[in-house]
Amino acid sequence: MLRVVNLSVEVNGKRILKNVNLYIKKGETFALFGPNGSGKSTLLNAIIGNPAYKIVGGRIIFKKVDVTNLPTNERVKLGMGMAFQSPPKINGVKLIDILRYCAKLSGNQEKIEELAKKMRMNEHLERAVNFGFSGGEVKRSEILQLMLMNPDFVMLDEPDSGVDLENISLVGKAIGELLERDKEEREKAGIIITHQGHILDYVSADYGVILYNGKIACVGDPKDILNQIRKNGYEGCLAKCLKDMT
Amino acid sequence: MSEGYDIDMEKLREVGIELDPAKRSATFLQQDQDVRNVATFYEGVEVMSIREAMKKYDWVKDYFWKVLRRDQDEFTKIADSEDVNGYFVRALPNAKVEIPVEACLFLHRARTQKVHNIIIAEEGSELNILTGCTSHPSAVGMHIGVSEFFVKKNAKLSFTMIHSWHNKIEVRPRSAAIVEENATFISNYILLNPVRLVQMYPTAYVHKNSKAIFSSVIVALEGSVVDSGSRAVLRESGATAEIISRTISKGGKVIARGQIVGEAEGVKGHLECKGLILSENGEITAIPELIARKPNLELSHEAAIGKIAEEEIFYLMSRGMSRDEAISAIVRGFMEIEIKGLPEVLKRTIDKAIEDMRDAL
Repeated sequence: MLRVVNLSVEVNGKRILKNVNLYIKKGETFALFGPNGSGKSTLLNAIIGNPAYKIVGGRIIFKKVDVTNLPTNERVKLGMGMAFQSPPKINGVKLIDILRYCAKLSGNQEKIEELAKKMRMNEHLERAVNFGFSGGEVKRSEILQLMLMNPDFVMLDEPDSGVDLENISLVGKAIGELLERDKEEREKAGIIITHQGHILDYVSADYGVILYNGKIACVGDPKDILNQIRKNGYEGCLAKCLKDMT
Repeated sequence: MSEGYDIDMEKLREVGIELDPAKRSATFLQQDQDVRNVATFYEGVEVMSIREAMKKYDWVKDYFWKVLRRDQDEFTKIADSEDVNGYFVRALPNAKVEIPVEACLFLHRARTQKVHNIIIAEEGSELNILTGCTSHPSAVGMHIGVSEFFVKKNAKLSFTMIHSWHNKIEVRPRSAAIVEENATFISNYILLNPVRLVQMYPTAYVHKNSKAIFSSVIVALEGSVVDSGSRAVLRESGATAEIISRTISKGGKVIARGQIVGEAEGVKGHLECKGLILSENGEITAIPELIARKPNLELSHEAAIGKIAEEEIFYLMSRGMSRDEAISAIVRGFMEIEIKGLPEVLKRTIDKAIEDMRDAL
């Protein structure tokens, strides 16, 4: 579904990603790990086409279409969707206004109320987006938007950070549905960035990937990688990974 | 054309004038110096031309030049003339007139339209006024509108002014209000279309435990100069003021002023002016001023001018909007100001005016 080929990306003139290659098939979910500043968010932003992230080399192929130079809304129409780590606040633009656009992509207009209620965001519909939202509310709003967009390729940038215990299972379950994790035959695929790995208690992933210094440094079983990181830190985990691969 | 007038009804609707007794408690329509229509449909409110009012009540003259000075500037001096006309609107004591009074000032052939309005909300009354000012496309000239507002004890007055001029018109409103104890004065201003120049600085003198709220949404298109602000003088304890402005320059020049003066302890005021520049040629100057003359008061302001943030455009595009749709949603959101304490019908009129304005951007 997604093929990232030799991708190099700069932010404010600084090279963040260096020749990244990634191949994600229909049905697969990747968990993306890496220390702060390793380029995790940069990778997702480059895939969705954030103009602040400048592609200086390589290509992004999505559903056999070279989307490297397509504007974000065109990529979204092709079936990409992303939940952002810190989405902006926009004066006077209400959550409901945005949800209507999201629903238009999938023809899910009649589900707005129901899904808003499900994500416990129905009281926030008439509020300007992200204004005065708590950390957890921002995440729930992001997931709600994705649920209405119903993308084939789902990118989640730290969906678990700032979410309290009471809501983490709600968020986890919603992500599981977005990625069709409960289905045998899946049409969806995606990438989840997680720092602490909490979300993996609720959503299974097929592969774990460590991004280190802008490069893909390790691919393996997500639970194993997470355990290694927890036990030995990124350095230790990478050393082991290297050993396993050789 | 509306029946009996050589005034384009569409133009009137644009500034909220309906001439419909079902939707308004009274109507007043003045073309140049002549009153073309006056009708009152509701008990508790009096509407007539200022000339009529002077004839009917000998006390009306005591309200003339009471809050404003006739020698304030060259424009008040011009307005202080024999042939001045304008409206007199008065809510009787304790009358609650929720349905708005509409007043239209239309400039057509006069070189200078001179208007003097007296608006009185008597004690305990509630009055809503919608005033729409506009001009004939062929008009060339100046509109000078003097308005003196008297919001008496426990009264509430909302005054919504919608302007839609043409680019050969110069507009000089001169307004001031006395807001007595426990009273509320709400003033809203919307400027829709190109104009040569608008220059005004309405002032509210706010007394004990009373409140003044000014909101304005201004768009300055190419060739327009808009120098506009609101001032609140908080004279006695418990007085509060809120001044909110949203200005957009699309090639025009805007000076967005605001001033809150705290003259007594225990007063509170907040000033918020935000500007958005949508084209290379425009200019916005924001001049918020706070003046405190006593200790123990609370005055604050926030002013910000910017262009549309790329991050916001990108975010909305990631939800399926095109770049143009995203920009228009952001501009629309920017103009969204919540005006409290207005009847639904007025809110709808304001929303519609703002909607029309967005279409022009």
